[in-house]
Amino acid sequence: MLAFVIRRVFQSVIVLLVVGLVAFSLFRFVGDPVENMLGQERTQADIDRLRAQLGLDQPFPVQYWRFLQNAADGNFGMSYRQGRPVTDLLIERAPATLELAFVSGLFALAGGIVLGIYTAIRKRGWLANFIMTASLIGVSLPTFLIGILLIWIFAVELGWLPSFGRGETVRIGWWTTGFLTESGLKALILPSITLGLYQMTLIMRLVRSEMLEVLRQDYIRFARARGLSERAVNFGHALKNTLVPVITVTGLQLGSIIAFAIITETVFQWPGVGLLFINAVQFVDIPVMAAYLMLISVMFVGINLIVDLLYVAIDPRLRADRAAAAK
Amino acid sequence: MKRLVTAMMLGTAALALAAPASAETLRWAAAGDSLTLDPHAQNEGPTHTMSHQVYETLLHRDMAGKIVPSLATEWAPTDDPNKWEFKLRPGVKFHDGADFTASDVVFSLKRAMLPDSDMKELLASVSDVVAVDDLTVQIVTNGPNPILPSNLTNLFILDEGWAKANGVEKPQDFEGGEETFAVRNANGTGAFMLVERAPDSKTVLKRNPNHWGKDQFSQDVTEIVFTPIQNAATRVAALLSGEVDFIQDVPVQDLGRVEAADGLVVRTAPQNRVIFFGMNVGDADLKTDNIEGKNPFADPRVREAMNMAINRDAIRQVVMRGQSQPAGVIMPPFVNGWTPELDAVPATDVAKAKALMAEAGYGDGFSVTLNCPNDRYINDEAICQAAVGMMGQIGIKVALDAKPKAQHFPLIGGYETDFYMLGWGVPTFDSEYIFNFLVHTKGEKYGSWNGTRYSNPELDAKIESLASETDLAKRDATIAEIWQVVQAETIYLPIHHQVLNWGMKSAIDFPVQPEDQPHFKYLTFKK
Repeated sequence: MLAFVIRRVFQSVIVLLVVGLVAFSLFRFVGDPVENMLGQERTQADIDRLRAQLGLDQPFPVQYWRFLQNAADGNFGMSYRQGRPVTDLLIERAPATLELAFVSGLFALAGGIVLGIYTAIRKRGWLANFIMTASLIGVSLPTFLIGILLIWIFAVELGWLPSFGRGETVRIGWWTTGFLTESGLKALILPSITLGLYQMTLIMRLVRSEMLEVLRQDYIRFARARGLSERAVNFGHALKNTLVPVITVTGLQLGSIIAFAIITETVFQWPGVGLLFINAVQFVDIPVMAAYLMLISVMFVGINLIVDLLYVAIDPRLRADRAAAAK
Repeated sequence: MKRLVTAMMLGTAALALAAPASAETLRWAAAGDSLTLDPHAQNEGPTHTMSHQVYETLLHRDMAGKIVPSLATEWAPTDDPNKWEFKLRPGVKFHDGADFTASDVVFSLKRAMLPDSDMKELLASVSDVVAVDDLTVQIVTNGPNPILPSNLTNLFILDEGWAKANGVEKPQDFEGGEETFAVRNANGTGAFMLVERAPDSKTVLKRNPNHWGKDQFSQDVTEIVFTPIQNAATRVAALLSGEVDFIQDVPVQDLGRVEAADGLVVRTAPQNRVIFFGMNVGDADLKTDNIEGKNPFADPRVREAMNMAINRDAIRQVVMRGQSQPAGVIMPPFVNGWTPELDAVPATDVAKAKALMAEAGYGDGFSVTLNCPNDRYINDEAICQAAVGMMGQIGIKVALDAKPKAQHFPLIGGYETDFYMLGWGVPTFDSEYIFNFLVHTKGEKYGSWNGTRYSNPELDAKIESLASETDLAKRDATIAEIWQVVQAETIYLPIHHQVLNWGMKSAIDFPVQPEDQPHFKYLTFKK
């Protein structure tokens, strides 16, 4: 077990290093940051001086090595765009993205499970058919279009919800939250739906198919034969048995919710790390891009590592023990 | 759980009570946020826009683009032609209460000349700044500089004491690894004071009750809430839904929608920015063409034919939806040296252009690559696409290569493009600025944006003479001579002057500033 863990952690570190190397080799194709940092009156001497000062005159393996050295000390450098430490920027922006990801994850999970159960139980009802058709649209429409559509209906035409930003936020230590104000909560609604819609339809379809599968099982038939109510059968027996794969998928999807927040954040001017990253790409803000990409890859590698370790931990015998205890 | 909900509700109620509702709050949105509040760290439009609300300059360009007194009340060259003297406005105070004096001016201008400053090129002719007394400053230049005042309109004045107390004697540097105090804090003399600053998210300013100009300017706005909204559709939606009162850069396809909305209005004016194409006229052979051993662009007849082939009216109507002003010269109409004759749009004449091409020996045409930005100017890529079709009519097969600005602009500086699009604004409102960067042979001090490889020593000498010519009539004559050569040689192909669109509530009375710089102290609400 320990050998396995060490091997997996070692592999994860290799993956991170490779991601960083690929990222750094790509930065040269994004453009020249110096061009954005100096005004239009800059001279060639200014360009050379700044390039040397930032170490951009070095080949990319050297730049990457320096980045690693500094990152090991917890220093991700200064943002070229804002002249502030990247670590500060990420910490400042993280709450916005995490709150958005949390709410849209919740929305996706709750909405997906409820609709999944409904469409499984009433699989021939017209409403269930309608939901299934509508979910196809949810899967196939691009995020930015859904966002603009929602803004158009709920902000411009109806005037119920704000079209951009986080509303009023409350500061608790270094964390800023939009959960404690009315405008903050209102501002969360449209971006969360936009971001969570795809995941919701995914979970809904998963729950539905798992549920249909389970409902065909013998023990459900026996439960019905025993005269248990529909409610007890559907929720007490069927649902419980569908949730295991749902939870696994949801865990993995959380990573993509945070990573996909880029588009939603751009449409809604949501001041999170995704917007920070988009701005960094446009400005060729290499320190911010590097830190963001490393952060996201750490997150994905971390989630996968945990999942892998869980698979090992979940030994068949343990499962048998738990099943016995439940009875 | 119930208790938590109650606490949330109470918190909400308390915040609702705490927020004072004011009728004179202006909610303003634009595509880009200021990059830093340090006024010497970035020479960039949106950054200056924010700085202009909080900080002030010696001289100021008003909403019409005219130079008017600000912190300096009078200015004139002294008997020594290398010295300008500025009389400062008495009784001005910084937001923290400190007095504004000559030493602040000396300190600020010297700060702007430091290596880490992005504004130093504007003061390249300055050798020293001297305080004569508390309210008089002399600026010493290396050789006479007749247009020094127009270089000072974006050079902001900081309080020396405040800067020293907070360790911001230098503009931001990237080596220190730390954020300097001036990046998110500001202490100017301006009509608005900084209340809150969250970069890329929200900036709140409030009216400065002690501003020296409170009787002179309308100052109807008591509070400004600025939000950058990058996505154009979201920005327009925010205006339509009434969440913001004023937006810069309304996309051309949404102008009709904003105009049609109740209580909203779009105000339009030509911008200080001209869009044009440049060509590699200097190299012996082009890298991207199909003609071996020759450079078609080196032949003035080819350039003239291309100039004739561009249908500027079609670009205006189809690509820009009427939102541009066709140009005949690479100079915005506000600039000293501009004449209607120079800006007369060349007539489109495909037959004559073809004849010229044949005369030059390119009757069968040639192929070349056009480099174009796709996120810098209004509809930049679409303009290039239109130009590709127009060039095709005279046999020039153009391959379009559109890239983000961060990749496009290095091509021009690095001589890696044979045919490119560029836009140019003139902050000094003087032709010399255009010549220095776009016409003079590329070298250490001049021609840094001249990607054409054009080199004319005689013209270079004339351009250099402008910097120290104090006889303004003679100087204007030289400017006219230089333009004659630039036009006759067709070094650049002018396309159009960009038009600025500001969308706002119809209750707001605010003219469009040609440099896209809204100075909110001038804004009035219709009563």
